Amino acid sequence: MTQHKLVVDCSTGVVAEVELTAEEIAQREADAVAFAAQKAAEEAEAQAKAEAKASAEAKLAALGLTAEEIAALSK
Amino acid sequence: MATTYEAIATVTVGSGGAANIEFTSIPGTYTDLLIKFSIRDLRNSAGPGYLHLKFNDNTSSYSSRHLFTGSDDGNPASQARTDDYASFAINTDYSTANTFGNGELYIPNYTSSNNKSVSIDAVSETNGSFDAAVRNLTAFLWSNSAAITKITLYGDNNFKQYSTATLYGIKNS
Repeated sequence: MTQHKLVVDCSTGVVAEVELTAEEIAQREADAVAFAAQKAAEEAEAQAKAEAKASAEAKLAALGLTAEEIAALSK
Repeated sequence: MATTYEAIATVTVGSGGAANIEFTSIPGTYTDLLIKFSIRDLRNSAGPGYLHLKFNDNTSSYSSRHLFTGSDDGNPASQARTDDYASFAINTDYSTANTFGNGELYIPNYTSSNNKSVSIDAVSETNGSFDAAVRNLTAFLWSNSAAITKITLYGDNNFKQYSTATLYGIKNS
């Protein structure tokens, strides 16, 4: 499918619909892949942090801390 | 009284959609720039869409810090992120019909030879069960001494018809 961009020339106000070049399409695809990879890495890091927090809280609970005391530690 | 807030150009996406919106030949006669946008993209899966930003066709020297407050995974949370993209939330074709994400980008001192900072305030919204309402504050930096003469807004998917973006020029007097 042909992809287009809208180009606004601010010196004239003219808006043109321009077909993306092969180079622009490749850059767009590379950007999307890079962003997806970055987002996946961030989500994995967030997930690992959440799991570590849950594990720590479970260990504290096993030591006898109440839920309120555990919550107070992170404030 | 001098006009200090002026609409430079507006673009509205037509029926064919658009991959990018580009403001070119931006005059250097203002102090700051402001873009207000209302955008929906054609992604059709759960979660918010993401809009990105480039200056002068430059593909590097960007950094940003994000604060997301919302519930794209069903759990309301705040999240700080760092990455090379000014990625801020917009609505997608999975959002409630006919709703658009909206926000604004403020670019102070865009002709300065110093690095360019941008503050971004954006929101995606939906009334759907998957819950992708996200509020997004972003601090963005382009480490480049060139004056900004071109701004590209692009997404991971094409923009839907009736998406709009308006570029304003702001003068300090």
